[in-house]
Amino acid sequence: MFKNEMKLEFPSKSVNESFARVVVAAFASQLDPTLEELSDVKTAVSEAVTNAIIHGYENTEGIVTLRCYIEGNKLTIEVEDNGKGIENVELARQPLYTSRPELERSGMGFTVMETFMDSLEVYSEVGKGTKVVMTKTFKSV
Amino acid sequence: MQLKFNVEDGCLIVEMHGELDHHSAEGVRIKVDNKIEELGVNKLIFDFTGVNFMDSSGIGVIIGRYKKLKDYDGKVAVVNLKPQIKKIFELSGLFKILNEYKTVQEALLSL
Repeated sequence: MFKNEMKLEFPSKSVNESFARVVVAAFASQLDPTLEELSDVKTAVSEAVTNAIIHGYENTEGIVTLRCYIEGNKLTIEVEDNGKGIENVELARQPLYTSRPELERSGMGFTVMETFMDSLEVYSEVGKGTKVVMTKTFKSV
Repeated sequence: MQLKFNVEDGCLIVEMHGELDHHSAEGVRIKVDNKIEELGVNKLIFDFTGVNFMDSSGIGVIIGRYKKLKDYDGKVAVVNLKPQIKKIFELSGLFKILNEYKTVQEALLSL
């Protein structure tokens, strides 16, 4: 089975949100995804990286680590921060729930990731950080 | 993200170009709010023709402006959403509070 992987680290600046999603799209393009599949992946990455920046690091400076793995026609994406962590992951994953309503957040981040990817797992420890693992299998291959 | 403002029939039309994410959302929010206050309008059309990407941060921007104008009996409409962006609108239930139109002219007639 064909395998490939990449790792990217960048500071938690909001300008890097577009950088991260373009990098993943470029890496995923070797699987010949459709435009729709590629937009799905870009949107999910954008949500995960935005969460790391706003909630993980609460707009302070930290490092966001992005890892991608390809196995056959399956793409796995990990977005990890060493920020404050999520107290109640189940609650955070509820549609429309946001811990920061004052920021005009919609509370749809995890719901978008779940909808646009095939699977979503969230590992978090308070005071240590959060890791989001998402997979998507490209049908077009 | 670049914004171009037009006013027609007491309605503010915001033509957006670029990507609407958390990074660009703050600028859009401030510029649109300033324009709404400057003109005193209560009708707003977001023209998405030039928007190639939006994530859930965009939802916050739209709902925020909707709430602001609702206090003045106002209305918000969106024009020409790309399929991916439409998916996010549907997922968030945004079409319960506003409609999408194919063109700005169509939106103007309905507001």
